[in-house]
Parts: sequence; structure tokens; C-alpha cells
Amino acid sequence: MSQGTLYDKVWEKHKVTELPNGQDQLFIGLHLVHEVTSPQAFHMLEERGHEVAFPERTFATTDHIVPTTPEGRERPLNDPEAEEMLSALEENVDENGITFFGLESGKQGITHVVAPELGLSQPGMTVACGDSHTATHGAFGSIGVGIGTSQIRDVLSTGCIAAEKQNVRRVEVNGELGEGVYAKDIILKIIQELGVDGGVGHVYEYGGSAVRDLDMEGRLAICNMSIEGGARAGYINPDETTYEYLKGREYVPEGEEFEELKQYWESIRSDEDAEYDDVVEIDADGIAPMVTWGINPGQVIEIDDPIPAPEEFEARTDREAAEKALEHMDHSPGDTMEGYDVDVAFLGTCTNGRVKDFEVAATVLEGRQVDPDVRALAVPGSESVRKECERRGIDQTFIEAGFQWRQAGCSMCLAMNDDSLEGDEVCASSSNRNFIGRQGSKDGRTVLMSPAMVAAAAVEGEVVDVRDHFDTELPSGTNRAEEVAD
Amino acid sequence: MADDIEISEVGGTGVPIPGDDIDTDQILPARFMKEVTFDNMADYLFYDARRDDDGEFNDHPLNRFDGASIAVVNSNFGCGSSREHAPQAMMRWGVDGVVGESFAEIFRDNCKSLGIPAITASHEEVSALQEWIEDNPDGEIEIDVEAETVTYGDTVIEGNIDDAMKEALIDGIWDTTQLMYSNLSKVEETASKLPYVEEA
Ligand code: SF4
Repeated sequence: MSQGTLYDKVWEKHKVTELPNGQDQLFIGLHLVHEVTSPQAFHMLEERGHEVAFPERTFATTDHIVPTTPEGRERPLNDPEAEEMLSALEENVDENGITFFGLESGKQGITHVVAPELGLSQPGMTVACGDSHTATHGAFGSIGVGIGTSQIRDVLSTGCIAAEKQNVRRVEVNGELGEGVYAKDIILKIIQELGVDGGVGHVYEYGGSAVRDLDMEGRLAICNMSIEGGARAGYINPDETTYEYLKGREYVPEGEEFEELKQYWESIRSDEDAEYDDVVEIDADGIAPMVTWGINPGQVIEIDDPIPAPEEFEARTDREAAEKALEHMDHSPGDTMEGYDVDVAFLGTCTNGRVKDFEVAATVLEGRQVDPDVRALAVPGSESVRKECERRGIDQTFIEAGFQWRQAGCSMCLAMNDDSLEGDEVCASSSNRNFIGRQGSKDGRTVLMSPAMVAAAAVEGEVVDVRDHFDTELPSGTNRAEEVAD
Repeated sequence: MADDIEISEVGGTGVPIPGDDIDTDQILPARFMKEVTFDNMADYLFYDARRDDDGEFNDHPLNRFDGASIAVVNSNFGCGSSREHAPQAMMRWGVDGVVGESFAEIFRDNCKSLGIPAITASHEEVSALQEWIEDNPDGEIEIDVEAETVTYGDTVIEGNIDDAMKEALIDGIWDTTQLMYSNLSKVEETASKLPYVEEA
């Protein structure tokens, strides 16, 4: 078992007791709630006559079902089912005294974008949300876990989850990212090497020079996709980059209190001589932009690599998955992904829907036009992100290039609102899942990539290597001065 | 108060759901999650896979093995999102237990929360059972939680059930809310020691 890691320390501090079933009862420091997975849990709570144990540690917003156009957001929402979900959430938060970032609040957005930017997610916390991408918050050095509805009921009612400790794998990523290569490419590389179920039974601690050099947006993108690698959670030890980002955010205390918290944050960092269950090394030097060719995030290659043939895989399951993928995506092994026709470009989500992501994509779009056959959507991850982009004029670059500039939500990541693929459309997407049917059409095809690559694909109407097609200086994916979205 | 029940055995006829990495978007497509209760979820189970292009039921196993209680799946079943809608839909359709090569962790936890035993066995054993069901649609399959076995015809599979799940099911303590609810004062104590929690 691991020892002296951040995971061990944070777990110990949040462990309430051991339960008769052998699991630990773990206190949850931050509970995030959205409209899709919570109504049933509130209902169960009511059935039992329980109250929300820690309403002040519970925050809600609405993201999955909300329309992303101003007209679409007028109440009641056009889709009666969406309206019912949103109303149910409004009622539940109201009755239980939970802070809610609703459509009118100016702070609404995807839970995993909103909580970090408001400073709700902090190092050394446990974070739970009825959403598998809760690992995102690990970017601050917290333990973020995605939970099911019955567990949401657990957290509402007791402030805790019942859980077993996992093994800790250190994922050491060294090297320097080249121009036009980003955090998204690192995490796709990690999943390529370790597999979509490589992380089962583990949490991932990401470290090494390539991770240390990343800004918070990049770190969030990496931790976000831990679940795509099969890990229940993923985290990065907090450092000055983390503390700088947190300073001045709405829910972060100032002055002396900040310094006191910082001591705690420093104390929960993994020790120099921490013991891991497992250490793997990934070389980030010289990796090319990554693109998925298949129907799970592990079916991914560098942009100039050939699409593999099923025979190249050792495991039977991988061979079968490759066959299915080639058929669904209509690929021939040996081709590269370059030149694969794109119908839709989608920029946003809890992976890549932050100010920095739009800024990077905007540099690629500057002075260029989206291919006339491409439908291009820019959907900020939160209303704060949208307003900050508008304040800086980034939205104008998108609009002039021919992108639709939308309001915040999950949108075409999973198409629970009106934003959906049609038929067998191909989507160049900055999201995290390329499962069949994910973007709303069972024949739809998703190609995951970084925001810069999405912008380039939008312009060219096909998958391209962003590094070749533009001579402008590409922004680097590493640490630069943070600007607070307010 | 929900009364827990001890679950030591589940059984009935089987339904094979072949394929690796079957994700929750296939089990329960997201567009059907727009309901505030789980009541209708059975109708949406494998919605797309079960229908042909005209929306008519095809020969998907769920259409052919109506009334089955034991689902038999392959590896990494239930990967993807944390939606409890997926096991809820299976439960409401009639599934009382799942045999598979492996399960995604959140899916397995969700099964535990619902009192659905999820037992793993090797690829060969699972494939053999899937074929047997095709030949014996009315054949009984039994999962013994305590012994961690799956019995059908003359065959007994020595499987594996996650320790926490096994204990929870046989002791009837799979309802974790109930387990943890009585510890509230301890929870407050733990919380009060955390520097980021303000005193109430
Ligand atoms: S953006 Fe996509 S992955 Fe993220 S929370 Fe929304 S639906 Fe889930």
C-alpha cells in the first residue's frame, strides 16, 4: 500500500470511521450537484425524512440539459423534460438551503468549470459529484470522486461516502511540450500507453517536469480525463501555480487565513520519499498532437501515425474493439487521421471549455474562416468564461471566423440539449468521450483532440496537424500569467 | 426507512449481453436521462442497440430473453459515466444479478448500492455460459453470493465477488446511507479538524 502520498494524507484526514462492511466512511468537503443525477437522490432523502447534513458545503449549478442560446434559455424551457429537471433542482436547492448558480446568476456552467474558477475546489479537500469527471478537481491536489445517485443520497444525508482506498500510481511525465502540443495531448498519450482500463483499482498522481510546467487549465484537462484511463481519481500536488491561481477567487479566504490554509496545502503534498504502489514514466518530449481514431479514448494516435490494424493488438478484446472502431469510423488501417473529413467542430466541455482553451483556439482562427461545410460551435464552460472571453474580445475572433458563440453548458459533449450530431456526421471535438452515440446520433463519429486542433479542423474542414497548417506563432500550452475570470 | 435485506442468492433465467467495453451511453443513452425519477428507465435500456433503423425491436438479446434475471456480460462492462440510471434500468427491466469478465468500478459500486450482486469469471467461463443461455433460454442460473459461484446445468463456476460487495450483500448492509447515518457526531468531529471547514 502507498504511504506518504497526498492521497494517503487526505484520506486519513477525512476518514470518519471504518464501517462494518469493511469500507471507510469518508467525509466529503465539497459536494457539487447538477440537475441530471440529483433529483432522484433528493427524492430518496425525502422518503427517509432526512435533511441535507452540510448544506453550506453543497453547491449546485445546471449544465447538462441547458440550452446554449439566449432564446433557448427563456423559461419555461422548450423541452418540457428539461424544464422539469431544472425546476426540480431549483426547488430542491431552495428547500435545502443550498447555494445555486442558476441561469440568472451569471456564474452558471459546468460543475467542473464553475467550482475551480470560483475557488471552491481547493487542495487537500475531498470533492464528490454525481458525475464521473469529478476527478477534474484533483488538479488542485484534492481527491475528486464521481458517484452514483445512491451515493449522492449518502452525501446529502451524511456528508460522507463509503469507499475503499485505491492503490496510488505515480504517472511521471517528463520532457517539454513542443509548439502546438498541449495538456490534452499529454493525457491522451497517457491513455494510449496505459489503456482505458489501465487505471482500474488506482488513483493517478500526475507529476514530472511536463506536468509541473502546466498552467491550471492544463492540469484540469489532465485530471479531467483520469476516468477515461479507468482511474477513479487523479491529482497533482499543489504548488505555487496552484496557490497563485487560487488567490483572489471568490471562495478563497484572504490574508492571514489564506496563509494558514496554504500551510495545510503544503502539508498534504506527497512526501519526497512517498511510497507508491506503482510508478510509470511517460515521455512528453516530442509528442505530436494526438487524435482519436476509434470509439473509445484509448483508440488514439499521434497525428502522423498510421491507424492500426486489428492484428496489431495482442489482446483479443483490443482486436475486437479495433474492428468495431474501423467499421464505425469508416477507416482503413495504415491511413493517418490527416485529411479525415469533418462536418462539425465543437469547442467546450469540462475538459477544454476554459478561457485559455478559447484563447489558444482564437490564435489559430485569427483572420481565418471556418470551412463553409463545417458547423462550428464554441460553448464556454461557464458564464464567467464566456464573459471573460467577451471582455477580451476573443468571442469576436470566433464570430468573425464563422463559429456560433454560445452560452455555457455541456452542450454537444453528450447532446442532452438541442446541440447534437445528425446522422453519421464527424465531429472534431475538444471533449473527453468518443463513445458511439455520445454526441446524440448513434451513427455520429467523434474525433477527440485539443482545442487548437479543433480550430484548425474547423478551418480546413478536415483533421489536420495544427503545426503544419499555420505559420503564425502558436501559443504554448505551458505556464503563463493567469487571468482571473470574474 | 428503507429496510435492507440480506442477499445471499439470486437466480432465474439468463440474458447474454455480449461485447467488451459496453459503456453507460449504450446501456442507457443520455437523452433518456431527462426524467426526475428512475421509474421509466427499463423502457430505455439499450434503447439504440435494441432497435433497427425504423425503431422496431431487432433480435438484440434483451428482446429475445424477456423475463431473464441474470445478465451475462463480458469485460469492462458499464464503463463511462457514473450514471446510476444504467444499473437502475437493468434492475427495473428485471436483472437481479450480473455475471461478467470485469466491471467498471463505478458501475460495480452502483450495483452494490442497489443490492445487485456482480460476480466476475474468466473469459472462457463467461463465453460458455453465454452460449449455454442461447441453447437453454429457459435454463436456471444461480449466483451464490457467499460461495461466490455461478451454477447452471451441471456446471459450477468459481467466480469472484468484490469483498465489500459480498459482505454488504450477505449481511444486508448494502444501504450505505443507513450504515453511516448514525455516525453524524463523528462526522462533525472529523469535519471540525479540517482547516478549510469553517466552524458552524
Ligand atoms: S462537459 Fe461533458 S463530460 Fe463534462 S460534465 Fe458535461 S457532459 Fe460530462
